[in-house]
Amino acid sequence: MKYYVLILACTILNLANSQNCTSKFFGEVHDFHDGTPIVAAAIYIENLDKYTTSDINGKFSIDNLCDGKLTIVVSHLGCETKRLNILISGDTFFEINLEHHFEELSEVKVEGTSNNKLTNTSQEILLKSEDIERYSAFSLGDALKQISGVSSINTGNSIVKPVINGLHSSRIIVMTNGVRLQDQEWGIEHAPNIDLNTAGSINVIKGANALAFGGDAIGGVIVLKPSNISLIDSLYGNTIINGQSNGNGYSLNSSLTKTYQKGWYINGQASIKRFGDFETPNYNLTNTGLKSSGFSINTGFKKFEQGFNVFYSYLNNKIAILRASHIGNIEDLVNAINSQQPLVVEGFSYDINSPRQDVTHQIIKADFYKRFKKFGRVELQYDFQNNQRFEYDIRVGNDRDKAAIDLTLKTHSIRTRLKLDSKSNTTNEFGVSAAYQNNFANPDTGVRRIIPDYYKYDLGVFVISGMRLNDKISLDYGFRYDFNRIDAKKFYQTSRWIERGYDQDFGNIVIEDLGSQLLTNPIFNYHNISASTGMSYKADAYNTFIFNYGLSNRAPNPSELFSDGLHHSAARIELGDLRIKKETSNRVSGTYQYNKKSFSINLEAFYNHISDYLFIEPIGTEQTIRGAFPVWSNNQTNAVLFGIDITANYKINEQWSFNNKSSFIKGRDITREQALIDIPSFKTVNVLGYSNKKWLDFNSELQSELVLRQNDFPNNNFEVFIPRTQEMVLVDVSSPPPAYHILHFQSDITLNLSNKTNLNIGFNITNIFNVSYREYLNRLRYFADDLGRNFMLQLKLNY
Amino acid sequence: MKTFKKLSILFLSTLGFLACSNDDDNPTPVNEEEVITTLTAVLTPISGGTTVTLQIRDLDGDGPNEPDLTVSGPLVINTTYNGSLTLLNETESPAELINSEIEEEDDEHQFFFQSSNNIATFTYADSDRNSNPIGLEFALITASSAGSGNITVTLRHKPNKAASGVFEGDITNAGGETDIEATFPVTLQ
Repeated sequence: MKYYVLILACTILNLANSQNCTSKFFGEVHDFHDGTPIVAAAIYIENLDKYTTSDINGKFSIDNLCDGKLTIVVSHLGCETKRLNILISGDTFFEINLEHHFEELSEVKVEGTSNNKLTNTSQEILLKSEDIERYSAFSLGDALKQISGVSSINTGNSIVKPVINGLHSSRIIVMTNGVRLQDQEWGIEHAPNIDLNTAGSINVIKGANALAFGGDAIGGVIVLKPSNISLIDSLYGNTIINGQSNGNGYSLNSSLTKTYQKGWYINGQASIKRFGDFETPNYNLTNTGLKSSGFSINTGFKKFEQGFNVFYSYLNNKIAILRASHIGNIEDLVNAINSQQPLVVEGFSYDINSPRQDVTHQIIKADFYKRFKKFGRVELQYDFQNNQRFEYDIRVGNDRDKAAIDLTLKTHSIRTRLKLDSKSNTTNEFGVSAAYQNNFANPDTGVRRIIPDYYKYDLGVFVISGMRLNDKISLDYGFRYDFNRIDAKKFYQTSRWIERGYDQDFGNIVIEDLGSQLLTNPIFNYHNISASTGMSYKADAYNTFIFNYGLSNRAPNPSELFSDGLHHSAARIELGDLRIKKETSNRVSGTYQYNKKSFSINLEAFYNHISDYLFIEPIGTEQTIRGAFPVWSNNQTNAVLFGIDITANYKINEQWSFNNKSSFIKGRDITREQALIDIPSFKTVNVLGYSNKKWLDFNSELQSELVLRQNDFPNNNFEVFIPRTQEMVLVDVSSPPPAYHILHFQSDITLNLSNKTNLNIGFNITNIFNVSYREYLNRLRYFADDLGRNFMLQLKLNY
Repeated sequence: MKTFKKLSILFLSTLGFLACSNDDDNPTPVNEEEVITTLTAVLTPISGGTTVTLQIRDLDGDGPNEPDLTVSGPLVINTTYNGSLTLLNETESPAELINSEIEEEDDEHQFFFQSSNNIATFTYADSDRNSNPIGLEFALITASSAGSGNITVTLRHKPNKAASGVFEGDITNAGGETDIEATFPVTLQ
C-alpha cells in the first residue's frame, strides 16, 4: 500500500555522437532496502519524448537509442529524484536502486507527511516549528507546557525545567541534534542549557519507551531536532524579533541555511535575549533579569546512501535570581513566608546581581551514516560537551565577586547504531553507546563543594524491534542494558561523616584524614536492565488504540548520592546518601485516539509504579551559629504515579475552533500512604480560536488556563524556636497556593512581501487581567507572586 | 560478510573508548572562607566588678554538631556593662578575625540585641560611615531586680538600616540575611 510507484526516467541523448542508433538501454529498478523489484515504474526520455514502464519484475528496456552519454533522471513520487549519467555503447544494462521506504519520506521531503514520530507505540507528541517559534523568547520548559501532561518546575520565571507526568530532572533525557544533554540536570535550579531556537521540531515521549536514547528516562525523553534539510539548491533563512513589556525585554534570533542538490548543506544560527527585572501585578521582582546569547553551526552532507553531520553549539545564560529569595536562616524564611510581598523590592533594572547563575554549554558533534544495500543503515557518532556552571551568592569582603559554585562538567560520548530495515514490515535496531564524564569542582570558591569531583563511565547496549503485522496492528519491543560506574573523591566534614553513620558502613573508603575533614573515594557500580513493548491497533480510519509497557532503572545521580551543604534559597541543608540504590519503574499506559477532520481527541492514561523512588524530605532541624536550619535528606520509598492527559480539538467551522488540554495526575507514596511532594495539580486549558485566510491569514486565540490547588501534598511543616520572639513558630513550607485562572490572547497575520519572503506579525497578551497568583511548582512561591500582565510583539521574517 | 567486519570494528571501537583512564590526583580541600565559627561578647562593668563573657562556638559550620554556648557567670542587677564583640573563623589557623571585614562594610552589617523577661536593655556605642549603628560596641544595662532570661545576639547582613526602629535596635523591620543568631541563657543577681 505504501508503494506509490511512479518512476520518471529521462535520457538525454548526446546527438553529436549519434552514429549508431540501434542500441538498447535496458535494466532493472530495485528498492534499495530489500532489493525487491519496483513494479509499474514509468521511464521517460525527455528529448525523444519516449517513455516506458518497468514490468512486474522491475525490468524495462528502451530500443533504438544512439550510442553516447545519457543523463537519466529517475524520480519517484515522494522520494528523492535520482540523476544518473550513463554511457550507452551498444546494448547497455543498468541497475537502478530507488529508496521509497515510507518512514523515510519525511527525511527527504521538506513538507513530508505527518509521520515524524520516533516511536510507534508510545505516548508521543510532536511540536512543529510554528509551535516552537512562538516561544522563541522563552525557554524549552515554557514551550513544552503546551503539551497536555507536561508542566514545569521553576525557580522564578527564567529557570524552567520540564516535568513529564510528574517527573523531572534526572528522570528526563533531553536530546539535542542526536546528543544527550549532560548539563548537571540533577538540580531543580539547573535549567536545560538549550536554545529553543536551534530546534526545528521537538518530540516528547512520555515514559521510558525510547530505549535508543537511554534506559533511565523514567519520566520521558525530549528530542530536539534541527529543521529538515531539503536537497535542492537553495538559500533560505528566518529572523524572529520579540519585544515584551514585562521585563522590558527583547530577543532576536536569526538563522540562515544554504543547501545544495548534491547533498551538501550548512546552517548558521545565532540568538540573543535580554530581559530586565520582571514584575508581578503589584511589585517589581528585583534581580530577575536574564542575558542569554548563543549560536550554532550545523553542516554536513546528506544523501540517502550516506552522509555526515558536524554540529557545534554555544550557549551562555546569565540569570539573576530573585534577591529576596536569598535568606540567612529559618527565621528569615518564616518572615518571607508571612510577608505578603518580597522583603527586597527595588526599582526596575537590567542589572544581574547576586544571587545569579552564569552557565555556558558547548556541544561538538560529528556523525556519519551509511546505508548498505539490502541490509540497513549504520550510524556512528561522537560528541563532546563542556558545561561550565558558576553560581554567585551574596558574599562579603574579598569574596564578593567570587563564585560560590564553580563546576566544569565534561562529557565525551560515542555511539553506534545499526538499523536493519531491509524488510518492509519489520525493523531491527541495535546500538552501543559509551560515555566518559568528568566533573571538576573548583576549590578556589572558598566554599565547600556541594557536588564532588568525579569520573563517570557509562556503557549501554540496546536492541529494538518493530513489526507491522498488518495494516491495523503494529508491535514493537526493545531491551537495553546499561552499566554505570561513578568514581568520586569527596570531602566530608568529620562531624557529618559520623552523624550519617558512614564511619560504620563506609570506613574503608576514607583515603585521607585531615582532622575536621575526611577525603573519601566512593565508587559505585550499577547494572540496569530496561525493556519496552507496545502495540498499536488502528481499528478503522478514525479510531486508534495504543498499549504500552516500559521497565526502566535509574542509577542515583551525584546530587542524590553526595550533595551536602546549605541551600540559601531554601534555607535548608540538603544531604545526599551514599546508601541510596537505583530506582525501578514499571509503567503501563493506554492511549485512545479519535481522528476526524472536524473532531479529534487524544486520551492518554498511565500508571507508573516506582520502587525505591528517590525523593528529598525533611528529617529534622540542625542548630548552627546562624540559627536553625531544617535538614532535607535524600530518601527512598515505593511510589505510584497515575493520571490521564486529554487533548481535544473541535473545528466548529472554517473559521472557529475549540481546543481543550487537560491533565490530571496523582502521586502517592504507597509505603507511607501519603502524597508525593511536587506533583502538578489539575490543569485545564481551553482555547477558542478564530482564523480567517482572507484577512492576511489572520489567526487568533483566546486561552483560558485554570490550575486548581494541589490538595494532595505531604505535610512537611515543622516548628522552630524563634529567639527574637521567644516563641515556637510553625514553618509552613508545604501548603500549596490557591487555585488560579488566567487568560491569554494570541494573534498573528502574515504579509507576503515577495513570492519567497513573508513577514508574520504576532501580538500576544499573557495574563490579560493581571491576576496575582502563585504556582505550587515554583520554588520561589514562598517569596513572591508569579508574573503579571505581559504584552508581546513578535516579528517573524521568512526569506 | 564484509559489512559485518566493518561493523564489528565500529562496535569494538565504542568499547575501547571506555578504556580511558583517569589521573589519581586528589582534590585539594576547601577551607571555608567566610565562615564565622565563634562570637564572643565581653561585658565589662563600667564601675568595676566581674567581667562576663558570652560565647558561641560552632567549629563545623553547617555541619551537624550543635554550637557550644558558654556564659562565664551571672550579671549583676542595676549595672551598666560595656559590651564588645569579637568574631572569629577558627577553621583557619591562626584564627581569622572577622571584625575587620564587618568594619570594612559597616554600612551592610548590624547587630541586634534582645533580652527576654526584660532583664536588660541595650544601646549602640558605635556607628558606621552613615552614622547608623553597627553594634560591635554597645552598652548593656541590667534590670533592677534579680531573675533570669535569654540574651539574643543577631547579625544581619544587608539590613535596611533606614527602616523604622532599626536605628534604635528593633529587628522587626530590618530584613536582610541572618549571619549569626545566638541565644544565651543568663541569670541576674
